[in-house]
Amino acid sequence: MASDGHGSERQRAASRRLSAIAGHLRTAGQQQRPQVAGIHCKAESSSDGEEAARSTTVPRRRQEVMKWNGWGYSDSRFLFNKKGQAEFTGRRYRLSGMVLPSLKDWFESTFGASLQHKSPATATLNASAVPFPSLNEAFLQDLKSTGIPFSHEAEDRVFRAHGHCLHEIFALREGKFGRVPDLVVWPNCHEDVVKTVDLACRHNVCLIPYGGGTSVSSALECPPDETRCIVSLDTSQMSRILWIDEKNLTAHVEAGIVGQDLERLLNESGYCTGHEPDSMEFSSLGGWVATRASGMKKNVYGNIEDLVVHIKMVCPRGVVEKSCQGPRVSIGPDIHHFIMGSEGTLGVVTEVTIKIRPMPEYQKYGSVVFPNFEQGVACLREVAKQRCAPASIRLMDNAQFQFGHALKPQVSSIFTSFLDGLKKFYITKFKGFDPHHLCVATLLFEGDRERVLQHEKQVYDIAAKFGGLAAGEDNGQRGYMLTFVIAYLRDLGMDYYVIGESFETSVPWDRVLDLCRNVKERIVRECRERGVQFPPLATCRVTQTYDAGACVYFYFAFNYRGLADPVNIYGRVEHAAREEILANGGSLSHHHGVGKLRKHWMPESISDVGIGMLKSVKEYVDPDNIFGSRNLL
Amino acid sequence: SVSQSCMVRISSLYPPPLALASCAKPRDPALKKRDDFEDILEERRSSSDLRYALRCYVPVVYKGIAPCKPGVLKTAVLQSDRLRHVMSKETGESADVIREEASGILEEMAHRLRLGTVRFFAYSLSKAFKALFQRVRVNEDGIQRLQQSIQEHPVVLLPSHRSYMDFLIMSYILYTYDLSLPVIAAGMDFLGMKIVGEMLRMSGAFFIRRSFGGDKLYWAVFSEYVKTMLRNGYAPIEFFLEGTRSRTCKSLTPKLGLLNIVMEPFFKGEVFDVSLVPISISYERVLEEALYARELLGVPKPKESTSGLLKARKILSEDYGSIHVYFGHPVSLRSLAQGRINRSQYNLLPRHIPRRPSQETQAFVNETAYRLVRLQEENMVLRPWVLVAALLLQNPDGVDMERLVEQTSWLRGLAVSFGAFLDWPDYVSASKAVASSLALHTGLVRTEGGRAQLAMEPKEPGSPEEDLFDRAASVLSCASYRNQILHVFLRPALLGMAMQMAEASRKDDIYSCFSFLRDVFSNEFILCPGGTVQDFDEACYMLTKCAAVHVQKQEVVATEKGQRILSFLTSLFQPFLKGYQVGPAPFLELVDYPRHFCFLGFLPSATSELTCYEALSSDVQKNALAALLRMKVVRKLKV
Repeated sequence: MASDGHGSERQRAASRRLSAIAGHLRTAGQQQRPQVAGIHCKAESSSDGEEAARSTTVPRRRQEVMKWNGWGYSDSRFLFNKKGQAEFTGRRYRLSGMVLPSLKDWFESTFGASLQHKSPATATLNASAVPFPSLNEAFLQDLKSTGIPFSHEAEDRVFRAHGHCLHEIFALREGKFGRVPDLVVWPNCHEDVVKTVDLACRHNVCLIPYGGGTSVSSALECPPDETRCIVSLDTSQMSRILWIDEKNLTAHVEAGIVGQDLERLLNESGYCTGHEPDSMEFSSLGGWVATRASGMKKNVYGNIEDLVVHIKMVCPRGVVEKSCQGPRVSIGPDIHHFIMGSEGTLGVVTEVTIKIRPMPEYQKYGSVVFPNFEQGVACLREVAKQRCAPASIRLMDNAQFQFGHALKPQVSSIFTSFLDGLKKFYITKFKGFDPHHLCVATLLFEGDRERVLQHEKQVYDIAAKFGGLAAGEDNGQRGYMLTFVIAYLRDLGMDYYVIGESFETSVPWDRVLDLCRNVKERIVRECRERGVQFPPLATCRVTQTYDAGACVYFYFAFNYRGLADPVNIYGRVEHAAREEILANGGSLSHHHGVGKLRKHWMPESISDVGIGMLKSVKEYVDPDNIFGSRNLL
Repeated sequence: SVSQSCMVRISSLYPPPLALASCAKPRDPALKKRDDFEDILEERRSSSDLRYALRCYVPVVYKGIAPCKPGVLKTAVLQSDRLRHVMSKETGESADVIREEASGILEEMAHRLRLGTVRFFAYSLSKAFKALFQRVRVNEDGIQRLQQSIQEHPVVLLPSHRSYMDFLIMSYILYTYDLSLPVIAAGMDFLGMKIVGEMLRMSGAFFIRRSFGGDKLYWAVFSEYVKTMLRNGYAPIEFFLEGTRSRTCKSLTPKLGLLNIVMEPFFKGEVFDVSLVPISISYERVLEEALYARELLGVPKPKESTSGLLKARKILSEDYGSIHVYFGHPVSLRSLAQGRINRSQYNLLPRHIPRRPSQETQAFVNETAYRLVRLQEENMVLRPWVLVAALLLQNPDGVDMERLVEQTSWLRGLAVSFGAFLDWPDYVSASKAVASSLALHTGLVRTEGGRAQLAMEPKEPGSPEEDLFDRAASVLSCASYRNQILHVFLRPALLGMAMQMAEASRKDDIYSCFSFLRDVFSNEFILCPGGTVQDFDEACYMLTKCAAVHVQKQEVVATEKGQRILSFLTSLFQPFLKGYQVGPAPFLELVDYPRHFCFLGFLPSATSELTCYEALSSDVQKNALAALLRMKVVRKLKV
């Protein structure tokens, strides 16, 4: 029905959105032609001049563009301005530079927080508080001779000693440092990694691979009792696309590349991987493989295990890889599945051949309002049953819907605000939806235009059967935006005595509702029993649908004023919430991984024999525990 | 005697007690704070019953859910996955026939709660209660806690069961306090009462068959019906853990069927928690007093019938004193199950497929049931009369009033120190309390010439057997009051008896005797399985506290002062010991269980001692036989 003009407008909007998500980072100095690099390793000729020619967005000195004690870019943060209104600084995101008038009220009323009560972070990193590196001199000597860049500066080491768990960030904000790596190395290519691992084995040095640093499983935490020299192996400089094979639609990529660079570089050749985890701005291909990552558009493109065709990993025992790129093989248990999810305990993933797809012609957001969460889940289940899920479909509960609403930027015209009022009137008064029960599904369709429109109709028709009302593109888009800024919002909360985090699980369809309700209630009850003064925010959304179940994502946060040891209480509540998940038939993790945070539950999750299987692989591949992060087992 | 001879064999099977000293000190039961009571009849006596029955009734409900109509509920049950699964497994009949059958079961079972009927009951019960009782006293703090619970989690109401009045009282109180009316599991027998059965149905009763052994479909419909109500938080569910009215006024061994059903939705994660509310209803005089004694002596229970009910109107002219209803603290099932039940055991099987509970689950349910019954016992209000009854039974030849008052006063002190919930305010003197107790129970006690004695003489002499029957009936009636306080003295008394039995002061020996006695009596009294060590410690603690014994590392020694206490305690339980020694004897010869001959069959050996009248109780005989069978002292033979 839409005119051609309308269509091309949409297309333009689509490409704007693509560049918004994939390209928020591009800084002025780095605007340059994409390059598909040659296969030669350039480590030997590594110099400052060479460095400038790289297309990576991640410099070796990450602290130059990113926060050392919080999420993301240094120039982007939420703050309450002098008028008490929230705004988001910087120029990178759609929200950047905007004022968010309702955030303050939401923040104060949800958490019982007040702008009068601040809990600011330590401003600068006090290098003298960082433990002195314990270096293995022999290793260092040999490393120097390879020419691989390294550093033992405090700032570099601190940056690689943590992921983004609450306790990790909280400690940084207080200027407290535990065991940190003694040395950081930046291999430039597979060969560099082979050399580094070889030296580590020779000198009995502990290696912890570091990709994007977005772990939320304590996987990057250095074991405090590790007495060997700990070397953080930062793959960020291995970020080239080595080749693109248009006949088979694959690309061979170095594992250190971060998501946004991978998409941007492929886009410029007309391709994409379609793998978009919420952390894609910073997380790396190797990290995705090592944690069994999941992307928001997995319904079209698949999760990481569906996307990889070939993996190369350097282990103490040698390099492991398959000898062909057959699309599916029956040659015993798939060795890729030893690698995927190994969380840095077996080796370093250096190169990955990944499936690529032509960029979608058309993209469209959408949203549906349901009278309650139960109806929404029933709709998602039906969509999954009919196998017609859009690229992404997510169902937010009521609390999260209100959270999303609080992030609405200041409306530019009276007309928009009038329209908003009208919509609200229609849904709550005319359709009789209770504003305290209604919930919203956000949708993202992708493909050629005809198909998208057809698909859209199919999904909205199903939604209508469950009482769902189409609620516009804008609501949909804002829903997805929330996931990109949530980590920035946590930093804002932490400035005002509010701490929180997210965690996830996957669960069979018939238990989704029970699990959501019980976990939220458990959180509320645990907080009350542990003396948290204000009711916590406990909210969830169903973020992925599968044939046999769904992925559920929780946000949990509370105001910790009056608590002596908030992080400890936070940890206990999160622990209880995980117990509740497991008791309700949920999995230990859908995509965050196990790390050290959740390994306590591994035996009950995969049985003792299962643990034994993993152990025997570890023992063969890495008998001296060179990859000594002690994740998983 | 039987029990003496088996004692040797059994006690040797028991391992010596484990590290008794290491056990935590039991809490002091007397320290427990209990709520105050309000009389709900007070207002009824001063304002219009009609207006009360017609007033606006807007109860708070679970999470603000609108109660669903009984019809909707039935459909939900019939269409549930569970029922569909079970029906698909039924063979032999066509699907339609099975569905019809399920629907029929549900029709027979389901309640049809109607506000109109509730209002009718509110009106007529107000009239009846005012005529029957002086006061109906309720702890309002308990009501408030309940109101809170109803809003948070599905609630299961677990009243003690002493009388048909129990569930009427319960619904009446909940209506009075504007709380959701419960749906009540009732025995099918009530449906025998023509109009009344249906009226009970319309006031929230649902009816279950007394036994349905292997009928899988019946079980599925029944359990799904209860679970659906629970999951939806439709209304509080009420049932009697004891399964039936206790004819003896002792708590009965809990039945686990319904408790299993209401716990399952929590185990399977379908509800966040379930609040179990123990409720203790105590009657100063039970309406069925005389009937019970006759039943215990083998006269069959009269069939429930409407005409029988109408005939019973004459009780309206008698005074039944006060009723106390104590709503205990809601017990969170989640908290109880913490660390006991691994809920992830339900992860691998679709939840609608029924399966036998695991052993750990069964043990947990059983233990919880005992715990709840003990909570009922603890909060049971005791009137001074139960003390008097206990003393009168120990003095079969009568006792001087003066001495009775002195003894009652002494016993009061002992009972209170053991944590009894005695309704005896300080300003009421012992003589007054005794006098008013005797006044209310003139049918049971004779007071002449400054002496009080059980009324044993038949009004009009009959045959020796009839006289014996009458005497036994009045002893058993009186015993039913004494029985109300047994739970307070049970543990210390077992210790006292064990000390007597062991004939030495070695703690280990006493413990094994204690353990043996506890085992013997575990059908008779509420003794939690596996709680021997705890009970022993509790008994030691209580007797130490009142300076009756001296507990050392290796020894338990009676003190001088303790003689009176110990001898009171052992003689309090003497009838049971006697009953177990001689009670089942005739059956051991007859082998077959001769229900209807229990009275006559025992006659020859039991005319001498008064305490033996109690051995005539079919309840004691049944329990004794069960204990002997359980302990494998006797064996059931095929006839």
